[in-house]
Amino acid sequence: MKVLKTYEDKCISCHVCESTCSNLYFKEDNADLSCIQIHDDNTPPEMNVCNQCQTCVAACPTCAITVNSQGVVMISRNLCIGCLMCVAVCPTNSMRTAFGKHNPFKCIACGACVKTCPAEALAIVQE
Amino acid sequence: MERKILAEYKYDLKPIVRGYNKRTLYVNVGDKQIKEKPVSDMMIDKFTGGKGFDLYLMWHGVKDDTKWNDPENEICISFGPLCGNTSYPGSGKSIVTTISPLTGIPVDCNVGGHFGPYTKFSGWDALELQGKANEDVIVFIDGDKGIVQILSAPDQVINSHILAEELHKEFAGSDEHLQHVSVVSSGSASDHTLITCLNFSFWDKRRKVARLKQAGRGGTGTVFRNKGIKALVVKYSGLKVDKNDPADLATLQKTGLKLHKEIEAGDADQCRMHQVGTAHLMEIMNDYDLLPIRNFKYGQMPEAIGLHSREFTRLFTQGMADGCWYGCSLSCCKAVDNFKPRTGPYKGQPVCVDGPEYETAAGCGSNICVWDPKDVVEINFYCDTYGVDTISFGTSTAFVMECYENGILNKERTGGLELNWGNADAALELLHQMARGEGFGLIVGQGVRRMKKIFAEQYGADPNFLQDIGMEAKGLEYSQYMSKESLAQQGGYTLALKGPQHDEAWLIFMDMVNNHIPTFKDKAEALHYFPMFRTWFGLQGLCKLPWNDIEPADNAQTDEPAKVPEHVQNYVDIYKAITGKPMDKHELIRQSERVYNFQKVFCMRMGGGRRIDDVPPYRAVGPVTEEEYLSRQERYDNLLRDKIGVDPTGKSTSEKMEITRSYREDQYQQLIDAVYDRKGWTREGVPTPEHLKSIGMDLPEVMEVINRYL
Repeated sequence: MKVLKTYEDKCISCHVCESTCSNLYFKEDNADLSCIQIHDDNTPPEMNVCNQCQTCVAACPTCAITVNSQGVVMISRNLCIGCLMCVAVCPTNSMRTAFGKHNPFKCIACGACVKTCPAEALAIVQE
Repeated sequence: MERKILAEYKYDLKPIVRGYNKRTLYVNVGDKQIKEKPVSDMMIDKFTGGKGFDLYLMWHGVKDDTKWNDPENEICISFGPLCGNTSYPGSGKSIVTTISPLTGIPVDCNVGGHFGPYTKFSGWDALELQGKANEDVIVFIDGDKGIVQILSAPDQVINSHILAEELHKEFAGSDEHLQHVSVVSSGSASDHTLITCLNFSFWDKRRKVARLKQAGRGGTGTVFRNKGIKALVVKYSGLKVDKNDPADLATLQKTGLKLHKEIEAGDADQCRMHQVGTAHLMEIMNDYDLLPIRNFKYGQMPEAIGLHSREFTRLFTQGMADGCWYGCSLSCCKAVDNFKPRTGPYKGQPVCVDGPEYETAAGCGSNICVWDPKDVVEINFYCDTYGVDTISFGTSTAFVMECYENGILNKERTGGLELNWGNADAALELLHQMARGEGFGLIVGQGVRRMKKIFAEQYGADPNFLQDIGMEAKGLEYSQYMSKESLAQQGGYTLALKGPQHDEAWLIFMDMVNNHIPTFKDKAEALHYFPMFRTWFGLQGLCKLPWNDIEPADNAQTDEPAKVPEHVQNYVDIYKAITGKPMDKHELIRQSERVYNFQKVFCMRMGGGRRIDDVPPYRAVGPVTEEEYLSRQERYDNLLRDKIGVDPTGKSTSEKMEITRSYREDQYQQLIDAVYDRKGWTREGVPTPEHLKSIGMDLPEVMEVINRYL
């Protein structure tokens, strides 16, 4: 299973990963639209991102959420009807939604943030 | 399947504006007329949508003396402005109305499945069916292309579990569109009996079957088949989260997600709807002496352990997204997969059975003393596919079993069926006879009211005894709760406009268990508020269950826990978010009150709706037989002493029963007085002109009807 692995002890809370992600998928520099989110109230910061556990797959009423050949959980925008049941069942609160937008979104382990992280706090790994 | 196009109507596809299409679809299957009707601002202001639109259309379609099988009788199916949103759980309901063959007055049913939302998104706020076809037809709405057709229906099959699946496949065209089709159908029993239903389908992508949800009450299937309609089919493939054109999508989503999270956190510890649906009630009702057993004689028996919800949990496939509309995380529509019936035409064939829900498990289980859950599943399956209402079937079968045990019926009169308590084989054979149109099943399929007449006239049975034990009011069979010890629920059942269904009020715990509404005034207030609040679901296209089958963690600490105030506010919020119109919890009740009173006057127009129609059988009020009294003697003796002020010592059972009966019947009449007062009706149950004016329903046609009774 391909997954974005986080190393909290290395994270410096620069939030570059959030910018990278939201710019890539929403063309906006907005942490609320990032699949990875850094909560730096605590030390070390919490790095919240999908661990590809697949809990959301069974909850989806339209079978819009599937697992690809690399073990990554994917959302079909064609099939998704925006009910957000997947958001509610996510055990790590890593299924994202931005109210007003049609579909939830999540990390697909694309690795873009790994490349821009200056602290080597992120990595794509096979588990 | 080779089908002839008998009529066709093309229409413009237009987006919904704030929850409304502002047009309804009229189809006359007799003269093959198809047309659209505009929805006026007056309709929206006074009738809101859903059941309100149904009743408005039907009022203007029928005459004062229209009977259920007259061509002008209508079947109206409407959806409401909130229907079809995918954000808030329980938002996919259709509301079906017709003049009922059982009651002669309008009946309304709230049903899931995808037909309602898809028809709404195809461009219609309601569907109005009228006329009678010479030969069977299918009405097809293609919401992708903007075409309505009346098609020939030479299909051999009629039973819903096969017909629905075949039509899904035929009209989908390819596998990817199976979920974009929905079918309304009934079954072969609807050609022969009156206690019938309509099945509304949705395609279950995981199970790869057409699932069936029932518009159960009042014989809608019989009217459907009498019109020569084999099926309604809709196809729509453009569903998205904003198809209702909400004024405030973010608030809609936020409110929905809040409830999703509440369900995710609380359901497993509250009602376990996700695990076992409404069947979770079985042991609760038995524990509180509320589970109907032996035709509502008793509310509790040790044998009921056989129908404990854990038995149904084992039968239901777990872990599925079992919502009857998208976005319902309560997921209560459970199913038994690969069930192999042991009787009937589908014996040995693996089928998917929707349910049993509580009403079916109680009606077709405990009330007839069938304690094997698999027998209940089999009765459930055949009821659904034959188009029989499980509630009316259960109550009617319980009635004939009691008559059999009492000697009113015997093998000669039943055509050889031994209708003893618990004879599941006989109950199933009744169903098969209803489907085949033969035997004693045809008698049972007429419902309790007609059976009472037949048994008195043809078999010399005591009509008073039949009246006491025949669990019907207004011609409709009771649903499956014991109301003997809850005066408020006696009113809840018997005052329900369409007949004794618990969808207007379920007050047993408030009244009997928690004693929160001790006075007549308290009970009357509850019998005003809750029927109005629950009516609102039918105006909007919503399901009642997410209102109080899941509660916020702090609900018990609120000022009115029975109302679930936070969820009431959710409804206010999503109404405003979709329609963009102002709303608060008071206007919500007023919306309902308009339609509720209109329905009341509609009943009066059709010859019902008066005080003499609000009469319960005594079995719903107190102990009819000595064995009932003696089974709970301590309770009844205490009541004599504490409530009536009569010392039971030295009195015979029949004397005590007579005093109890007199007291309870008087209490019921006092309750009715209080409720009528609260609802703004005269003591004869007629809405007053002043009240109608105060709620804005002093329409000329309404005033003309009430003036006949004032």
